[in-house]
Amino acid sequence: MLRGVTGTVSGPLLSATGLGMIRGERVLFTGVSLSVAPGESLVLRGSNGAGKTTLLRILAGLTRPEAGEVTRNGLHHWFAHREGLKPHETPRTHLGLWAKAWGSGSDLDSVLARMGLKRPADVPARYLSAGQRRRTALGRLLLEKRPIWMLDEPYTALDAEGRELVLELIEDHLKGGGAIVAAIHGESGFVPANEVVL
Amino acid sequence: MRPAPILSAFRQALGEAWAGGAGALLPLGFFAGAAVLVPLGIGTDPQTLRAVGPGILWVALALSSLVTLERIFQADTEDGALDLWLQTGAPASAIAGAKTFAHWLAAGLPLALLSPLLALMFQAEASTDLLRNAALYGLGGLAFYFWGGVGAALSATVRRGGLLISLIALPLYVPTAIFGALSMTHGPGSESAPLFLAASTLFALAVAPFAMAAALRLAAD
Amino acid sequence: MFSWFANPLRFLRLSQWLAPLCYALAVLLIGWGLWRGLWMVPADEYQGGDIMRVMFIHVPAAWLAMASYMAMAVMSFVWFIWRHEVADIAAKSIAPLGAVWTAVCLATGSIWGKPTWGTWWQWDDARMMSVLFMFFLFLGYMALRASMDTRQKAARAGAILAMVGAINVPLIKFSVDLFTSLHQDSSVLTADGPKMAAIYLWPLLASSLGHTLLFAGLTQTLMRAEIWDRRTAQANAKLMSEG
Repeated sequence: MLRGVTGTVSGPLLSATGLGMIRGERVLFTGVSLSVAPGESLVLRGSNGAGKTTLLRILAGLTRPEAGEVTRNGLHHWFAHREGLKPHETPRTHLGLWAKAWGSGSDLDSVLARMGLKRPADVPARYLSAGQRRRTALGRLLLEKRPIWMLDEPYTALDAEGRELVLELIEDHLKGGGAIVAAIHGESGFVPANEVVL
Repeated sequence: MRPAPILSAFRQALGEAWAGGAGALLPLGFFAGAAVLVPLGIGTDPQTLRAVGPGILWVALALSSLVTLERIFQADTEDGALDLWLQTGAPASAIAGAKTFAHWLAAGLPLALLSPLLALMFQAEASTDLLRNAALYGLGGLAFYFWGGVGAALSATVRRGGLLISLIALPLYVPTAIFGALSMTHGPGSESAPLFLAASTLFALAVAPFAMAAALRLAAD
Repeated sequence: MFSWFANPLRFLRLSQWLAPLCYALAVLLIGWGLWRGLWMVPADEYQGGDIMRVMFIHVPAAWLAMASYMAMAVMSFVWFIWRHEVADIAAKSIAPLGAVWTAVCLATGSIWGKPTWGTWWQWDDARMMSVLFMFFLFLGYMALRASMDTRQKAARAGAILAMVGAINVPLIKFSVDLFTSLHQDSSVLTADGPKMAAIYLWPLLASSLGHTLLFAGLTQTLMRAEIWDRRTAQANAKLMSEG
């Protein structure tokens, strides 16, 4: 059972109509409409500075669009360049904190094991490698089942094994009826149901 | 409104404030240092020091709050934690309030607790008045941290935001500084001053979180 | 009503004749007020002799220091709620002007204070103190706007700060009054209207109204400049994106 789904899931989990955004005087994009159904993935594409991250932030409700509307029919997970990891936090305390914040009773040890963080589980983030920090933040996706995942460049700083792991997580999530919106610059590694090109 | 995200934000802020290595020692050092400079600047006449001591501690407290506040929201915007907190579904004002309160607890309250010691150095008589004054420093410090928090949230995305925080917060610190200093004198109006101090602190607690929330949403935008 | 003014084009058309009108009336009113005030009315020895004539600039400046901050806060509020761009442009334009008049108020107050109080700065004067903190509010507002990287962010940050400042002004005023009332009473600047002789009152009123109109005219000019500035930037951005 996915948490945060309102009513029965028949329509799209996430939809947006007529999104437009201006930064300063620059028009990033206009008239962007999209919708993501359960089990579907959507990849946002575009060159550097085209506004992929901004669009993703609008979909997550972090940035207010200049025009248009976003409807989310369920809770979402957020995973971006900035991991949200504090220098003093260890993978275990970080995941523990967010498990508490979200009120989920996940087994931390199994999440840490899945993310390959057993060994550095108690090392403060300032001593972790970039890849280990990414894995810690990815672990949040497993703390609680949420229907929508929003991923901004999920492969950054990960090794081949890490990429495999992310792909596995994504496929599992889609199979379980979840939806994925990802901003990916290079290879996505999976076949997205839809693409938005900015 | 589930209280869990707010408690977690409080816990994280507390951990962050203490994890700097020196924990509360750094603001304490600054507070004491700022206060100790004064006799070097104005001379050592006990009468003068006794007269200006309480006021000097208010000024030192205000400065310490500004110095320690610079990073509380700036770090969150840089490491991405702010994005996560804004997506918990809990009111941003409650998150901001919890974080600021945690910060006061870690960096502001220790200063109030240290104040009797510094007051003695400023030639104050050792009496229960010092404990009462410590409570007043704690109360006023809370208002400093909340108004300073508004400045910190507004300048969260600004490089060298510390200077901006000072400029923004200075006029907002005026009532607390006046009521606080007044409540430690024995002249007319000193009886009601602690009540005014408490009222203005309550006002800060009621208003500042909403301003911080609006500013943080802007910082994340 | 706000929506009617919210159209930048309508504002440009309106201010095209309204701003010059404000300037013309301001010159007449300030000119008459200063002529009466500086040459015609007798000096009030009780108020320090000829130095009291600085009142004809000081009092209008004091009035505008308060009024302009309130106008800025109201414009910020209007922008925050309705997002009318002209309101933000108004708030942005009022700030530097408000700061200038506030500085003039402080400077003239200080000049008036030297012979009457015997000091350039009197910490016990509640009005001077309040105006000083007003000055800091303006400076903070301008500094905050200037440090934001887009105009949309500058508008939002500025509006939040202006509103926080505005709800604090009564508390600041109250605390400063309490602070100064405990020290010796040294209020020499009793420029209270009713107590003043009519001979002073009329030039003072004319000068105050003149300053207000000058302020209004300058605000409109700055707003026009800002509107053109934004349109130019928009046109540039469009050209750039079309390549």
